[in-house]
Amino acid sequence: MTALEIGASAPDFSFDDEAGTRSLAEFRGSPIILAFAPPERRTDGPVLQHLTFEGERLPVLALESDRIAQLYGVSRQFAVFVVAGDGAIAWRHAADDGMILPPASSSATGLSRREFVAAMLAASVAASFASRTLASSSTAEASAPSADMVDVALRVNGQSVRLSLDPRVTLLDALREHMHLTGSKKGCDHGQCGACTVHVDGRRVLSCLTLAATVQGRSITSIEGLGSADVLHPMQQAFIDHDAFQCGYCTSGQIMSAVALLDEPCGQADDDVRECMSGNICRCGAYNGIVAAVQAVRANRS
Amino acid sequence: MLPFRYVTAADEQSARASASSGDARYLAGGTTLVDLMKLHVERPAVVVDINRLALSDIRELPDGGVRVGGLVRNSDMAQHALIRSRYPVLSQALLAGASGQIRNMATTGGNLLQRTRCYYFRDTSAACNKRTPGSGCGAIDGYNRIHAILGTSEQCIATHPSDMCVALAALDAVVRLSGPHGERSVPVTDFHLLPGSHPERESVIEPGELITAVDLPPLSFAARSAYVKVRDRASYAFALASAAVALDVHQGVVRDARIALGGVATKPWRAREAEHLLAGRRADRSSFRAAGEAAVAGAVPRAHNGFKIELATRTVVRALTRAGAAG
Repeated sequence: MTALEIGASAPDFSFDDEAGTRSLAEFRGSPIILAFAPPERRTDGPVLQHLTFEGERLPVLALESDRIAQLYGVSRQFAVFVVAGDGAIAWRHAADDGMILPPASSSATGLSRREFVAAMLAASVAASFASRTLASSSTAEASAPSADMVDVALRVNGQSVRLSLDPRVTLLDALREHMHLTGSKKGCDHGQCGACTVHVDGRRVLSCLTLAATVQGRSITSIEGLGSADVLHPMQQAFIDHDAFQCGYCTSGQIMSAVALLDEPCGQADDDVRECMSGNICRCGAYNGIVAAVQAVRANRS
Repeated sequence: MLPFRYVTAADEQSARASASSGDARYLAGGTTLVDLMKLHVERPAVVVDINRLALSDIRELPDGGVRVGGLVRNSDMAQHALIRSRYPVLSQALLAGASGQIRNMATTGGNLLQRTRCYYFRDTSAACNKRTPGSGCGAIDGYNRIHAILGTSEQCIATHPSDMCVALAALDAVVRLSGPHGERSVPVTDFHLLPGSHPERESVIEPGELITAVDLPPLSFAARSAYVKVRDRASYAFALASAAVALDVHQGVVRDARIALGGVATKPWRAREAEHLLAGRRADRSSFRAAGEAAVAGAVPRAHNGFKIELATRTVVRALTRAGAAG
């Protein structure tokens, strides 16, 4: 399936919003931006918003209906179209177009000023889509026809969660992008830094190298499930007490590793703790505080 | 990551059936495969999740050996009482590898099939005969500080990255495979292949074959064994050189020895010449030094990895010294 070309007539469609059933044709006379996202990024239906840029107020219609996406040849893709006031497609960008290039200038592309402004806005909408997509994969990959979705049922921090996921989604991205639990951090995304450390059935693992589908039915604990804002886990409190972080980016992974370590065979010496914690890299170099925090919690438990 | 079909296998038979095409990969811990899929080095059409198979047992065999299931996690093998008491070199090697998190994920079978850390292999814009046969080798005339000095060819000088496999080579472990044509056993020293003119072929495993277990034969003197790993930082790094050794010493004289090297060769490197040389000699520093030198005989250094010859020699000496003091 290929996206409709620039110059083609934009197919009309109807959609429901708060004002009732509306159609694209109602917007004739003024440019409108159509933004498509794959169905799994489902919001609560079409969203009509207005963006203002250089004094131009332009409607932006966010769509996740595959039926409408198919009309425009962008089924299951991220795509942005600018429909000109005469109902023709003035500019478009689909995820499989590769790099996002805004139109060079209005005179060069034959767009009216309003269409040009709309295209610039559309390009920024496309760029924001792309950055969301990059969180899990490259833009082109996300648009590629993916294999069937898999249903994944998990227990996350004590709550049952059911997700329909592309099998490529890692546990880290499932937590961050699908469950909005952003405490687990994406550092290297290749198993070299430990920032994504979570517990699966009580054991620490790297969520960036774990496909979410492979932990079907398992019990996941992320930093959000460790303590509460009122009652911190002793390890969280120890990290504060011992100045065990500076920027904090690696900290949730450090704490998840440190808590798991309490139930692992790890020698008593500081060097043993350093060895057991070596899978968690801290660029700020807060290692002395981290070792002190772990040792303090261990001393309290024994 | 490129799209793939995801299949969960309930048993060995369905796993093999799902993986019968050459484009399929078994997924266990994922610590190598998921990483390389993200890099587009691995591009399977089908991923068969085998984590539900019942291959996670460690048990004693009637002959006194130990069978370790293909899905036993590295941390569980390292901490198991049978492994710690009878094969300390294996426990030490496992604990020298990766990090606590990765050892909780990585499996016996996956570690046997671990892919090289050669930068040119991992970078799809670089030439690599292992990844893309016939494309050339970026490492031979490139930056090759981490690369192999033993078992290399003009097509490939990538090292085998595993620590566990070095200990398995020293222990004469046997890999048990189950495939479309039945079951077979392969000594671990024959399991991995030298790169030769086909570096893309890394082991004798056939498409659809599954590693069900590794058998450790009884070896009484393995209780006196040691693994020494030298790397760029104290922990969580791949070996520049490592040595797995076991020593049978009686009244100060070596009766038998096992020596294998890691980090310096294209496959887990059993140094039989060095073992023969040690047998009958006094268990002292000069014998250990001679064994270390024999272990790297025939080494072919490149522009940046010549230091590995002396480093590997000294690593063998330290491992033998440590094993001699153990038990």
